[in-house]
Amino acid sequence: MLTTRSKKINKSEMSLAERLYLPAILNGMSITFRHMFKKDATIRYPEQEREFAPVYRGQHVLKRDDAGAERCTACGLCAIACPAEAITMDAAERKPGEEHLYREEKYASKYEINMLRCIFCGMCEEACPKEAIFLTDRIVHTEYDRQGFIYGKDLLVEKMDHRIDVSKRQTTDVLVFKKGDQSERHNQLGK
Amino acid sequence: MISFILYKFLFALIFFVVALVVAMYSTYGERKVAAFMQDRVGPNRAGPFGILQPLADGVKMFMKEEVIPNTSDRKLFLLGPSLAMLTALMTGVVIPWGSPMNFNGHTFPLQLTDINIGILYVFGVVSLGVYGIMIGGWASNNKYSLLGALRASSQMISYEIAMGLAIIALVMKTGTLSLGAIVSQQHHTWNVFIQPLSFLIFLICAFAETNRAPFDLPECETELVGGYHTEYSSMKLGFYLFAEYINMFISSAIISCLYFGGYNIPFQDHLHLSGNLLPILQFLVLFAKILFFIFFFMWVRWTIPRFRYDQLMNLGWKGLLPLAILNILITGVVLWATGAFK
Amino acid sequence: MISLYLFYFLSFVAILSALLMVFSKNPVHSVLYLVMTFFAIAGHYFLLNAQFLGIVHIIVYAGAIMVLFLYVIMMLNLNQAIEPMKSNLQKLAGIISAGVLSLVLIGAMRTTEIKAAASTASEIGFVSSLGKILFSEYLLPFELASILLLASMVGAVFLSKKELD
Repeated sequence: MLTTRSKKINKSEMSLAERLYLPAILNGMSITFRHMFKKDATIRYPEQEREFAPVYRGQHVLKRDDAGAERCTACGLCAIACPAEAITMDAAERKPGEEHLYREEKYASKYEINMLRCIFCGMCEEACPKEAIFLTDRIVHTEYDRQGFIYGKDLLVEKMDHRIDVSKRQTTDVLVFKKGDQSERHNQLGK
Repeated sequence: MISFILYKFLFALIFFVVALVVAMYSTYGERKVAAFMQDRVGPNRAGPFGILQPLADGVKMFMKEEVIPNTSDRKLFLLGPSLAMLTALMTGVVIPWGSPMNFNGHTFPLQLTDINIGILYVFGVVSLGVYGIMIGGWASNNKYSLLGALRASSQMISYEIAMGLAIIALVMKTGTLSLGAIVSQQHHTWNVFIQPLSFLIFLICAFAETNRAPFDLPECETELVGGYHTEYSSMKLGFYLFAEYINMFISSAIISCLYFGGYNIPFQDHLHLSGNLLPILQFLVLFAKILFFIFFFMWVRWTIPRFRYDQLMNLGWKGLLPLAILNILITGVVLWATGAFK
Repeated sequence: MISLYLFYFLSFVAILSALLMVFSKNPVHSVLYLVMTFFAIAGHYFLLNAQFLGIVHIIVYAGAIMVLFLYVIMMLNLNQAIEPMKSNLQKLAGIISAGVLSLVLIGAMRTTEIKAAASTASEIGFVSSLGKILFSEYLLPFELASILLLASMVGAVFLSKKELD
């Protein structure tokens, strides 16, 4: 016996009571009748939403820092990490006077994620050294054409008046891991 | 004379409307019952608790594009659903809905016509019900439709025999073929207690005759796409689906009348009702019985899986038919022993 | 008066659909016209106050036998295209046998005198009176007919089981 769940199948001839079929029917009908009074498992969707798991990975967000400057520095690590090759970007140099818009001297002038290619694996957020891209618990909406699924900066960068909370994705474990990762990288550079 | 015709006409009209509304709400009820039995909610968007769902479905059915296949037999293709609907509605005229009502000294019977061969009439119309399915299935010129039609016809003929023999035992006991008389005979004891075996056979055959699960092989979607109505669309499909629900309503009414006392209320002599209150109450009681059987039809549908075709034939010919004959024999012996034949 | 008009109407329907049944090319249409004829004849039974006969006529002929006919025709998939050409000899034989049959019928009709239905005969079509007659006066023919049906059933079962011999 490999498992305790295996059932012995009885292949002997059916008795008269079994061949009558009626007791089995009555049994089945009592089961369905009992189910009429059970609590239903439905979540009435538009009014009521299922709670997402804390590790749920949905639509991406490009974070700004608290002063409102974009964190992304267009290093391209996310695009390299992406197994589905869904991310493309163009880098540009920050002009004087744009310090309040971009945190570093280099920024992404174009940043696109193709949501049809994306497999929501979260590699991009793992690769990001600047804590700029996160996957959130928002659902990518459906569209009528393929073009609509290519999300540009207008959809990805968070608005300052409508900030997106990613603290669930930034658990201490993640932060420690990222820190360790970075210091390791610094060590390697120092060698 | 004129008032008589007018009354009958009005009564028929009311019956039609009631049958159609009941059929409409049976579709809603079916979906709700299915949902409850599967721990779901069911339709709940159109109106409070979704009670406007049948209307929405009706509008949808009417607005849909009507497709008539090029290779079909056009006239018969149109005749099929009409016949299905016609035969479904025709059965209802012999059902007694209550004892007669009195207004200003005039008596108004709550039965469209009490012909003295009411049961045979029901039988005749039921046996014609298969034409709608057969003609529709054949005229579609589609092999799945044809297979569905053939299944329907052989199934209906097979189960009609057992059904007839089950009723014969009942008729031996009642001694009349008129539904009105059979119902009024059950004033004290319902026939189901006297003829339980006959009731069981009749019930199973009623499932087969209305093409309801577990006997819904003519429209078995896992094998035959949509069965006999594969090629039908729009309200013609609606007619077929509707006919099934009307059939269910009528069979529930007939089962209630033949075996469950029809409009008789248990212990109605002790209620001391008088005037027109009694017929109204009787009508409501009959309606409750009918609704219970409609629920029963649905309950069975969402419990029992479909038969395989050879199992269906085995049950009909080797199970129910001998059982029905045995029942006739037992009934005969009992009646002879109690001296009812003298 | 109404019953007279009904009689003419039903007769017209019966004859028309019988003719259509003979002349229509499609066997399925033929069967359906025949069903219509049976309905018209059942209507005649009702006019004669023989409700039992009428309804049994519908149940047995329209409801069972014609359904089986339709069933077989659908299974065989008969249509005009594959209908075999009949030889002239067959056509001649058909015409002669039909002519002989009509001669016999006409001969029988000629000698029949039409009697007005007796006033007491209106009860004859009811179930109870019919049953009494069947099980007393005509008991032997009734039972013989049932034995005939049984024999044909046994024959059909025998023919369908070829491995028996």
